[in-house]
Amino acid sequence: MSRTETGARKGASPRPKNKLARANDRVLILMTLPAVILYSLFYLYPTINNLRYSLTKWDGFGEPEFVGLNNFSRMLTDDTIFNKVLSNNIEFTFLVVIFQTAFSLLFAIFLLKNSRSATFLRTLYFFPTIISSVSVAMVWQFLYEPNLGPINVFLKSIGWDFLALNWLGSETVTLRAIAFTQVWFHVGQMMVVYIAGLQQIPAELYEAAEVDGATRWQQFKAVTWPMALPTTAVVMAYTTIQSFRAFDLVYSMTQGGPNNSSSILVTLIYLTAFNEFRFGYAATQSIFLVVFILAITALQRRILRTRY
Amino acid sequence: MFYKISRIFALTFLAVLIIIPVLVVVFGSFKTDLELMTKPLALPENWTLNNYRTLLDGGEIVTNFRNSSIVTLFSVLITLFISSLASFGIARVINVTGRVLFVLFSLGLAIPAATSIIGIYELFVRFNLTNTLHGLVVINVASTLPISIFILTAFFRQIPNELYESASIDGARPFRLYRSIALPLSKPSMAAVAIFLFVITWNDLLYPLLLITQADLKTLPLALLDYRGEYAINFSMIFTAVMVASVPMVVMYLSMQKTFVSGLTAGAVKG
Repeated sequence: MSRTETGARKGASPRPKNKLARANDRVLILMTLPAVILYSLFYLYPTINNLRYSLTKWDGFGEPEFVGLNNFSRMLTDDTIFNKVLSNNIEFTFLVVIFQTAFSLLFAIFLLKNSRSATFLRTLYFFPTIISSVSVAMVWQFLYEPNLGPINVFLKSIGWDFLALNWLGSETVTLRAIAFTQVWFHVGQMMVVYIAGLQQIPAELYEAAEVDGATRWQQFKAVTWPMALPTTAVVMAYTTIQSFRAFDLVYSMTQGGPNNSSSILVTLIYLTAFNEFRFGYAATQSIFLVVFILAITALQRRILRTRY
Repeated sequence: MFYKISRIFALTFLAVLIIIPVLVVVFGSFKTDLELMTKPLALPENWTLNNYRTLLDGGEIVTNFRNSSIVTLFSVLITLFISSLASFGIARVINVTGRVLFVLFSLGLAIPAATSIIGIYELFVRFNLTNTLHGLVVINVASTLPISIFILTAFFRQIPNELYESASIDGARPFRLYRSIALPLSKPSMAAVAIFLFVITWNDLLYPLLLITQADLKTLPLALLDYRGEYAINFSMIFTAVMVASVPMVVMYLSMQKTFVSGLTAGAVKG
């Protein structure tokens, strides 16, 4: 083994010992440059620029006018639409995370053992994941159609007229109807994540539990749930971020309507900027969203790590 | 007993919940709009290709399909190349830069794309990149680098050092090690990332909506929204367009299921 390369091994030596290792490092850093430049210029820089825009009143075309922290104070104290959308987003995220996590775990348990039917159903449940949000939105718009849509026609045919709601046109149910679609859309994807996690649980644990005469429910409580907690943490974190990103779905289904009742923060940012031409204010909302997500992610990690 | 019954009930319920919308769309694209509205679940009485003919005669969908193909192909290939280079560098570099860069890219993972649209729009207007397909490629590459680098770096870190060492004796330098050892070994990971990128780029609405207004440059998801307006909620036509837009992904999914599933869950598992 060449001594020079041992120095370049990760962890093999605390510091590069010689010229070759340092020269190699320089090449390695050079290899990251195209990515660093593209990402910094076209993604990071535009995001950080929000800080600058947020201090201005700007229609996106003319000269931005400096207004100090006005946007922030208005957003936090005196904007009923922003408040409404923020609480929409919290409800949406909460519903999606709870139901998507619960159902993906349930179906993962149901389909854990490899069999022909299990493989087929996994393929089927995963299927919506590959379709575009816009297509999914079109399909569900049809299914939810209040008069002729299949859902309401079915509900009326079994006499449940009281449940035949105006799914995408009512201020009370639209957000939940979209949350349902979101769960339908991604439950199969998270189920696959769970299956991978559950298959790591040693079979002996279940055998031991069975010897002790544990029921299915007891086995779930004593073995599956505690052993699957790391996977649950991953699923919940991913689903949370996914729910904050549901721009395509919400925008294509309702554009946040009626009366902002189904708007979430990402759609609000878009509409504030490109429908109302209030770019400075939209930048302020963007900063809020970034801080909010980072806070939620940190909180989630803390809860899931410290407790288990 | 209770478990078995509820299991079968739940499995059937979700299966129906997915199969029915699929059938409604597939059958609907071969029906008249009236028939779709009155009997959404039935087989078409007369299988007609009229919807497809009308759509193709319009010609726009062919252009949209071409735009989506160009943008997706170039975005995926460029992202794969740049991100694999960078991931190799990040995984192998021994000073602190690797960790700093990794954190820098990880930042892009948690933040929703919508929070950067104002800055992106301003920048692209300034560089004359709006209403261009290459502009779309640029933003797709920049925005998918974090997730690609995240997955690939994790993979490159798993390659045992011994493999590199044997080549290093022959004096191979980083780029040679990347090309002749890391890349060949990472084929399954690269395929998974490629599929992941394919799906999100082909299906993306946000960036085309932000940057493209010219009809002949629109991609499929953006065009679908237009069709909805144009055909005044004529769902059989809309479903025909949905079929055209979904065919490539469906064909790929059915022929490469394993890669699809691992690709679309890799980000989550490693996150």
